Amino acid sequence: MLRIIKLLLIEDDASAAAYLVKAFRELGHSIDHAPDGINGYTMATDGCYDVLIVDRMIPRMDGLALIRVLREQSIETPVLILSALGQVDDRAKGLRAGADDYLPKPYAFSELLARVEILSRRARVTPTEEIIFRVADLELDRLSHRVTRAGVEIELQPREFRLLKYLMRHSGQVVTRTMLLEQVWDCHFDPQTNVIDVHVSRLRSKIDKGHDLQLIHTIRGAGYTIRETNR
Amino acid sequence: MRDIRSVKRIGRLFRTTAFKLAIGILLIFTVFAVTILLYVGFCAQKLLDEQVSITLGEEIKGLLAQYNSGGVVRLVRLIERHSQQPGSSLYLVTSAAGETLAGNIMSLESDGLLKAGTYELLYRIIEDGEPRPHRALVETVILPGGFRLMVGRDLAETDRFRSVIWRTGGWSILFVLALAVAGGVFVARRVMICIDQMTETTRLIMAGDFSGRLTVAGTGDELYRLAQSLNMILDRIQELMKGLKEFSDNIANDLKTPLIRLRNSAEEALRSSNSVDELRLALDHVIDEADGLIKLFNTLLMIARAEAGGALDKGETLDIVATAHDVAELYEPLAEEAGLILRVHAERRCEIKGSRELLSQALANLIDNAIKYSVAGDSFSENKKEIVVGV
Repeated sequence: MLRIIKLLLIEDDASAAAYLVKAFRELGHSIDHAPDGINGYTMATDGCYDVLIVDRMIPRMDGLALIRVLREQSIETPVLILSALGQVDDRAKGLRAGADDYLPKPYAFSELLARVEILSRRARVTPTEEIIFRVADLELDRLSHRVTRAGVEIELQPREFRLLKYLMRHSGQVVTRTMLLEQVWDCHFDPQTNVIDVHVSRLRSKIDKGHDLQLIHTIRGAGYTIRETNR
Repeated sequence: MRDIRSVKRIGRLFRTTAFKLAIGILLIFTVFAVTILLYVGFCAQKLLDEQVSITLGEEIKGLLAQYNSGGVVRLVRLIERHSQQPGSSLYLVTSAAGETLAGNIMSLESDGLLKAGTYELLYRIIEDGEPRPHRALVETVILPGGFRLMVGRDLAETDRFRSVIWRTGGWSILFVLALAVAGGVFVARRVMICIDQMTETTRLIMAGDFSGRLTVAGTGDELYRLAQSLNMILDRIQELMKGLKEFSDNIANDLKTPLIRLRNSAEEALRSSNSVDELRLALDHVIDEADGLIKLFNTLLMIARAEAGGALDKGETLDIVATAHDVAELYEPLAEEAGLILRVHAERRCEIKGSRELLSQALANLIDNAIKYSVAGDSFSENKKEIVVGV
């Protein structure tokens, strides 16, 4: 079941890098570490990685410059930027340079892991997405905006539909609360309270109520996932 | 030492703006004064000269009338009588050949023939046995029959008058100059004293004593206004410093509490947990606490960003109403769960320039607090209460 993700970490802070390398290896992923921009660039062009994790401030070549150079050479490996500059315009700058995701420091490892998993999946699947998402007997039709469970149509609010669509697109993967806030609500701030939990529990009551098989699962300390089996 | 300081002080005085202004005004003033004085002087001199020549003309006219009625004998007699009188007039009647017939001029230096017309003449008077040079204005006419008549006025009087005018003028200019320099020094010194006081106070403030204020004399002049403005700036700075201090105190407290909790739970787990499950539970707790800290830091970053105001100038055009609806939509289930109703009263679009991020964060914070600190309505029949967030 576990997919091995090939990662390249470009980070100059040795202890932070050691921590991430250890954490990802413990989960069974393969991760290489480059301490500066030039090394990172060489490794990124040679090896075939699934995801690059790039610190914004690295010696010898700025993180954003590195991404720009890679994109100019049509190396489309998904890139996640780690940065201490957790500001909106910095995020915008990073994404404009060609990065795929942006995570401000300090972050929780579970958040990073979830984002990396989503990015690695994006690298593998073909860009044409199916019109109908399926998880067990739950179906979501992206075009007609219809959701059915065991053939019975479920009425969803537009936002609930978007929430479910996002969960189902990444079925089997952990989706964090911050990711939901960013992707479903386009909010880039921390709402302090458990607003997302309330939304998810509402959705869950509509999807799972009256069914033996629960599809939406809470992953403690990380977020949510939608999947058939109770792993 | 004292001398050096006073020399320095004087140097500083000369460099002050007030002194330079005073000197500038003084120069302009002097140029005007000298021009006016010259004009007045020349006018007075012209007037004097004219007066003399008019008098001469009148006298000549009178003498001519006498000559016409009484002939040369009468004229000579008249001139002799005039010459006897003490005074400053010069008289001379000569024959056509230049012989002196009457008058008080002993000898002429030229060939003895007088030119006709009005002109200045240098002559000498024997005073105390010494000949002294004098100037005179003379008018000479040639009478019918070849006789020549000369009448003159000594110019010593007018010369004296003229020199009095010039001397007075010169002195008054000097006096004006001296007065202006003194005035400049006085004004500059007064300004310098005020500025020195201000500098002294600001130095003290720079050294760290923010409670110091400039002394404000109630004269209402520009220095007074400047001092007032500076004091207001200082008030504002002091206020901000106080705010900053309170803010950092609060941060320190806010950070300390969760850190202590974190430390305590780790310590507690180490001391009393026996099983792996217990340790796991404790670690989960520790992670929760750390997550709380991360949230706190993010909020602090957000506040710092908002305080710096940097995000504002990169503002985008956004619709407040749409943003409000988005945020309300996010919080609506939470409010409902708390037994509250969240409603947005907004009729039309309202576009402003700003940061959507900050605005939605602000609205979210308001709604969040409103939900947290509202109690569900106490009436049993209607256990829902409205929250109103006004902007």
